[in-house]
Amino acid sequence: MITFKIDGQQVKARPGWTVLETAREHGIEIPTLCFHPAVSASGACRLCMVELREGTWSKLVASCIYPVAEGLQVHTDTERVRNVRRWVLEMLLAACPASPEIAALAAKYDVVRTRFTSHDPDQTCMVCGLCARVCDEVVGLSAIAIVDRGVHKRVGAPFAKPTDICVACGSCVTVCPTGAMQAIFDSVRGEPTTALTQLAAQ
Amino acid sequence: MPNLSTALKMDPWRLQSGEELNRLRAQIIAGRDPQRPEIIICHGTGCLANGSDKVAKAFRAALEGKGIQAKVMPGIKTTGCHGFCSRGPLVIIRPQGLFYQRVKPKDVEEIVDHTLVHGKAVERLLYKDPSSGDLIFNEGEIPFYKLQQRIVLHNIGKIDPTDITDTIAAGGYQALAKALTTMTPEQVVAEMEKSGLRGRGGAGFPTGRKWRSALQAIKKKGRPVYVVVNGDEGDPGAFMDRTIMEGDPHAVLEGLIIGAYALGAAQGYLYVRAEYPLAIRHLEIAMHQAREYGLLGENILNSGFSFDARINRGAGAFVCGESTALFTSIEGKPGNPRPKYVRSVEEGLWGRPTVLNNVETWANVPLIIERGADWYAGLGVPHSTGTKVFSLVGKVNNVGLVEVPMGVSMAHIVEQIGGGVPDGKPFKAVQTGGPSGGCIPYSLKDTPVDFDSLTAAGSMMGSGAMIVMDHTDCVVDVGRYFLRFLEEESCGKCLPCRLGLTRLREILDNFSQGVGSEKDIEDLTSLSQAIQDGALCALGSSAPNPVLTTIRYFREEYLAHVQEHKCPAGVCKDLITYGIDPERCTGCMNCARQCPAQCITGKKKTAHVIDTHKCLRCGICKETCKFDAVFIS
Ligand SMILES: Cc1cc2nc3c(=O)[nH]c(=O)nc-3n(C[C@H](O)[C@H](O)[C@H](O)COP(=O)(O)O)c2cc1C
Ligand code: SF4
Ligand code: SF4
Ligand code: FES
Ligand code: FES
Repeated sequence: MITFKIDGQQVKARPGWTVLETAREHGIEIPTLCFHPAVSASGACRLCMVELREGTWSKLVASCIYPVAEGLQVHTDTERVRNVRRWVLEMLLAACPASPEIAALAAKYDVVRTRFTSHDPDQTCMVCGLCARVCDEVVGLSAIAIVDRGVHKRVGAPFAKPTDICVACGSCVTVCPTGAMQAIFDSVRGEPTTALTQLAAQ
Repeated sequence: MPNLSTALKMDPWRLQSGEELNRLRAQIIAGRDPQRPEIIICHGTGCLANGSDKVAKAFRAALEGKGIQAKVMPGIKTTGCHGFCSRGPLVIIRPQGLFYQRVKPKDVEEIVDHTLVHGKAVERLLYKDPSSGDLIFNEGEIPFYKLQQRIVLHNIGKIDPTDITDTIAAGGYQALAKALTTMTPEQVVAEMEKSGLRGRGGAGFPTGRKWRSALQAIKKKGRPVYVVVNGDEGDPGAFMDRTIMEGDPHAVLEGLIIGAYALGAAQGYLYVRAEYPLAIRHLEIAMHQAREYGLLGENILNSGFSFDARINRGAGAFVCGESTALFTSIEGKPGNPRPKYVRSVEEGLWGRPTVLNNVETWANVPLIIERGADWYAGLGVPHSTGTKVFSLVGKVNNVGLVEVPMGVSMAHIVEQIGGGVPDGKPFKAVQTGGPSGGCIPYSLKDTPVDFDSLTAAGSMMGSGAMIVMDHTDCVVDVGRYFLRFLEEESCGKCLPCRLGLTRLREILDNFSQGVGSEKDIEDLTSLSQAIQDGALCALGSSAPNPVLTTIRYFREEYLAHVQEHKCPAGVCKDLITYGIDPERCTGCMNCARQCPAQCITGKKKTAHVIDTHKCLRCGICKETCKFDAVFIS
């Protein structure tokens, strides 16, 4: 067992756990968006940032991928942590204005307004990639993917062609934290029938 | 390609020891006539772009065609960049060391006739000291060179980078022979630690300490271990690494082999930007020749140590220079930064212990091993030892590549060596560290240029690009420029970077249109802090630096945009108007003819006026006017 402190509270963790896992185990709340226990963590949304302190030294890390270590001093609600959260949420409100899930999460952390104008009022997806990861890692199909690069990243079918390998299992819809997959499911996945019959025949 | 072994009609040399290397070196030098005239023609990218290949062709034709009347036939040598690119194409005539600048093919005949046949200088091609007006004959006497300390660049401009014998004659591979025959790997690492060398690729991590941690990781995980050269150089305005790889590829290679020996690596990689074809070619030639001479590959110098390396072409993205993105790219996957909190020395390429160093860092290694850590640590300042190569670009007279000891002042580099700003006014600021660095204002011109002083000033050393700005550069515009660059280069994985850089830029866009308030400056600052703290890799976390430093040093200029609706530098289009000074206007009608909006009116020989409502603010009139009558307000 590894022991360390989160917000001054002594916690115990198994080797190989992350700070986030440990916090959840002890009922300490840290907001997350791109994390789902069923798939590998990607450290993309940065909502789960926490501050590590040691004397005068301090540093922010993503708790969903930060491995536990003996004697860590983790703080989940410092000024710097709140500043990252606030701006990420404000930007998300403008990036996914049509997502009630995002609005609810933001409101929970007292972010109800955004200073930014939205480029697409119907957008709900924030490109966290959970849907693609669950399809790849859990379902084993890679029927959807994150396509394009940089600021143009979005969810789509691999090679920009709707695939026919989707078996309509709905895992992506389930993991999607913003409700986006529900809306784009059909346009991305293409015609599922052939793959379904193939799979049934196996 | 010419080399000694083919010239002497022997089988390729496979050198069997350090003594053989020395014997070969002595033989090459003895075979040369020190009095033989030699025409050195710079074939760096800058001079080539200005036609130095045509100059070389003209020399060949002149020498062959006419059969010159000299006692000895001059040799022609093409070299890497001499650093004084703004004066290119450069030609140097040895043994005198005569320095000719801006040489055109039509000048060649005169050089051959005057200098090579009659031993006289062609005065109009010499460099004239801008302050004294004196003609300078010799390369070494030119202030631009005299004020530098060229150690890493010492061979560049002297050797032919495609001929290993030239490198060997200049002392190449002496350090490797020394390490292999007189030092244990442990001693090599200890020497590197003692030298104080810090990484030249950006973060300035102590190289010896990195190698030491790799040894510790190897103890835990065993071998293989990999050594990797980061030659992805992607900062706008940076060309240090390109110049080193093009002009002295063996220096990089020799450093890498020494590192491999110290760590017990059998395989190395050189990750080079695909946009650097000449660097890739010269490295390929260098590796091929080094293998032929037994300096790379199996059983190097018959020491029992074997190591080989290969070149990987960069995938073309700026972020691929980031260590973990570089590894995934070499592994054949898309070059995205890895989110894991592990150190590359422990888990780098293919999950193995890996030492990644920058091109210039590797090129320093042979110098340290050959001349000793004490010598090296005596250069520069205590926590930033050695020299640093900078590319000097922007509003500066002597655009080029310079090398100085760490710790000299900014003013020394920009004003003394760089010759200051073209219009003679003081510079406004210098952006160091590329798009992730910061702006150092003129008031801090005495700042010593070393890792810690630059960081204290809010900027950073970065890879060594220095962009000089003058009073016609607007800090808001500069911030937008760098953010647009990084927005395009962001891998898009993490939210603070993918969303945040665009949002920062949008706030700056508002400033450039005169929209905003003091509160927006606070927002810029705290959003910047969130990006610094939240981004996954250093591309994102260092991206706000230009914004933060310009706010720190030029807050007034930001405020002028939104409170007075003025762009003091006259750059932000929405905040400026063009006008014509009737006192100066001669009524030549030139501007009226050029104006794409046709909004300039006036009769011949009477003062013209601009219809500011129709004006596009393209600035063509200002550029066209020979009488400096067009002004911006
Ligand atoms: C976005 C980004 C781009 C980088 N590009 C380069 C580069 O082109 N060349 C380089 O040597 N280092 C680059 N670095 C730094 C490398 O990650 C790494 O620190 C360096 O290669 C280590 O070598 P050094 O210790 O010799 O400096 C970059 C870092 C980041 C975050
Ligand atoms: S659809 Fe949902 S799960 Fe997929 S990337 Fe968008 S927000 Fe994430
Ligand atoms: S900081 Fe930018 S470049 Fe780095 S991982 Fe995040 S999105 Fe990608
Ligand atoms: S939950 Fe950790 S980065 Fe998204
Ligand atoms: S390219 Fe010739 S001096 Fe730089």
